Amino acid sequence: MYKLLLCWRYLRTRWIALASVVSVTLGVATMIVVNAVMAGFSHEMQTRIHGILSDLVFESHSLSGFQDPDFHMEEIRKAAGDQIAGMTPTVAVPAMLSFQVRGQWVTRQVMFIGIDEATHAGVSDFGRYLQHPGNRRQLSFHLRDGGYDTVDSQSDTARPAVTRPALEGAGWQHRRMRVERERAWRAQQDADRARTDDTASNEDDRPADRQVDELLAATSPSDEAAAGRPADPFKAARPAEGRTMDPAREQFTGIVPGIGLASFRDASGIDRFLVLPGDDVKVTFPTAGTPPKAVSDTFTIVDFYESKMSEYDSNFVFVPIAALQRMRGMIDPQSGVASVNSIQIKLREGADLDAVRDRLRRVFPADIYAVSSWRDKQGPLLSAVDMEMSVLNILLFLIIAVAGFGILAIFFMIVVEKTRDIGILKSLGARATGIAGIFLGYGLFLGLVGAGAGMALGLAIVWNINRIRAGVEWLTGQRVFDPSIYYFFKIPTIVEPFTILWIVAGAVAIAVAASVLPALRAARLHPVEALRHE
Amino acid sequence: MSSALLERPAPAATTAPPGLLQVHDLRKRYRSGDRTLEVLRGVDFAVAPGEFVAIVGQSGSGKSTLLHLMGLLDGADDGTISLDGVRIDDLPAARRDRLRNTALGMVFQAYHLLPELDALENVLAPLMVRHGVLEWLRLRGRARAQARELLERFGLGGRLHHKPRQLSGGEMQRVAIARALVTRPRVLLADEPTGNLDEATGAEILDTLCDLNRQDGLSIVLVTHDAAIARRADRIVRLAAGRVEDA
Repeated sequence: MYKLLLCWRYLRTRWIALASVVSVTLGVATMIVVNAVMAGFSHEMQTRIHGILSDLVFESHSLSGFQDPDFHMEEIRKAAGDQIAGMTPTVAVPAMLSFQVRGQWVTRQVMFIGIDEATHAGVSDFGRYLQHPGNRRQLSFHLRDGGYDTVDSQSDTARPAVTRPALEGAGWQHRRMRVERERAWRAQQDADRARTDDTASNEDDRPADRQVDELLAATSPSDEAAAGRPADPFKAARPAEGRTMDPAREQFTGIVPGIGLASFRDASGIDRFLVLPGDDVKVTFPTAGTPPKAVSDTFTIVDFYESKMSEYDSNFVFVPIAALQRMRGMIDPQSGVASVNSIQIKLREGADLDAVRDRLRRVFPADIYAVSSWRDKQGPLLSAVDMEMSVLNILLFLIIAVAGFGILAIFFMIVVEKTRDIGILKSLGARATGIAGIFLGYGLFLGLVGAGAGMALGLAIVWNINRIRAGVEWLTGQRVFDPSIYYFFKIPTIVEPFTILWIVAGAVAIAVAASVLPALRAARLHPVEALRHE
Repeated sequence: MSSALLERPAPAATTAPPGLLQVHDLRKRYRSGDRTLEVLRGVDFAVAPGEFVAIVGQSGSGKSTLLHLMGLLDGADDGTISLDGVRIDDLPAARRDRLRNTALGMVFQAYHLLPELDALENVLAPLMVRHGVLEWLRLRGRARAQARELLERFGLGGRLHHKPRQLSGGEMQRVAIARALVTRPRVLLADEPTGNLDEATGAEILDTLCDLNRQDGLSIVLVTHDAAIARRADRIVRLAAGRVEDA
């Protein structure tokens, strides 16, 4: 009983010891905050990555892809049908996106991805990342009349951090205005040209599939190349042969580029756009076959894709898969069977990602097909984040360990100061273990107080981190957390109870461990010498 | 104090030698470097039940060492200490701790109260040492009443919740005596209990000890260098050069 009483009294009367646990408090608070923020970032990043990639990706090593996606999907279903919730074929090729800004051509290197507009949103979060509410419900590669979001639809704050006033008039309205402006300008040019009359356009304005057809005709011995071709699904969206298209009323094949390709964010959080939905752009991409030839075609932007992972937002351009297959010559001229690069697979809720992946790997030969989970695809990034987190945790835990040495030193002082009391207790019949127990208990108390205060402080910071950030930004006038860099609107945090438990238990263990030596010293004191101690 | 507090079963008189606490041929050496100092060179004496023995001797005669050995605070190099005829100095540490707590009460020159605890808690300290938390919670009421009764008997009824630094020397020593008695010891070992006090206060303390001896039959061993104080005892044992001088 005396142990508890004395621990309690020492706790209340020895403020210097409390000072030594301040470092424990700060260490615990820092660890909790860092872990919560890192977990928040990591979770946000994983959600984003997972939202972009489907659960499993089944792909060919070859850029030309594999034939007959329906057959492959049937095989996949045979192998692991019970676990699969949805599948969609895609074609992905590297490409160049070019568009005109104030008369200058801007060219970007992109990944050109052919998707099936009906099923693609079913395997990933693709649909959620579009800017038109209608497209978010069901993607259409036809240009919308208007109604694009002028604020970020993914922001859940009351006051939007990012506004996009430029999207107000995007769509057909913008297209018509632009066409009229161009016509007026061209009329002026023609008037000028009539005077000089020496220009001859050598630009290759033919659509890409015609270029491909010619390429195929040149390389293939078969003459009936075009005979068995399926109907062009985008005939309506393209200028008919020999007819001039009216760009004010018609569009080219629709594409959805990543928002980072077309916009930049200014300091006040307004996104400025270089091109808008309704504008036409040129995309140059390789054909299927060896060696690939570069072909290009004109497309109309119908929406923007914003996953908030800048790596993807400034790289991906989505296009209807049928159009891309045709333009790249991925449709077999004889059978009319198309090829694809990959099949995106969504698994049922709770399915074991790696188990299904391994099942598919056993069925499909690894030298032709690669089956990978979204985690595999982002393996290096995810493991880098994990590694970063463990290193940070080790470093921060060392801080608490340093605090442990502070406790050790102060405890030694207290043992020296309390030498006589220890002698008194021994003369009253206290056991050596009991004396050690006082100081171990004291260390435990201090650890609990320090870790408890640290936990309270850490949680308070985590729960108010965005308010704190706003306060710091207001005080210093500097942006601490710039949403235009991170593409988050607030600092994401995740408090994992197990992590906190682990941190607190570790801090308490360190405090107790630091009091072991002083406690042993106290227990070993000779009672007579202790009593004589002044 | 009511005699009930010190009541205990009568010792088994048949087997017990004359002494309650008996010291036989006790030797103690201290080593410092290569020099050996023999403090006790074979001390023999016994305390009878209810006896008030004063040990006197010059500084360095080994009287405090003798008391510490009898109080089991230190180990002798040779010789035996027996309580009720049972040797106690060679018991395992846990048993000796237990004996210190139950059978031996000690009072020191410098009072040796715990500064963090108030007077009442200081008196209760040995009982807290004896009992675990749960047991203590059960016994607390009785123990507190007993401690309060002791302190009131020593005229400290109004100082129960004063910390040692708020008490005078005489008051502190009376708290220390109460603490030594709350466990109902077989023998009280007092090491210069009046040494730090002025003459009048010292005399009061001495009166208290004499009262305890006479009224309650408490066995007391008192160490002092003051012959005047020693004369209040039933018997004086003189210690010189580590041996008991024949009276």
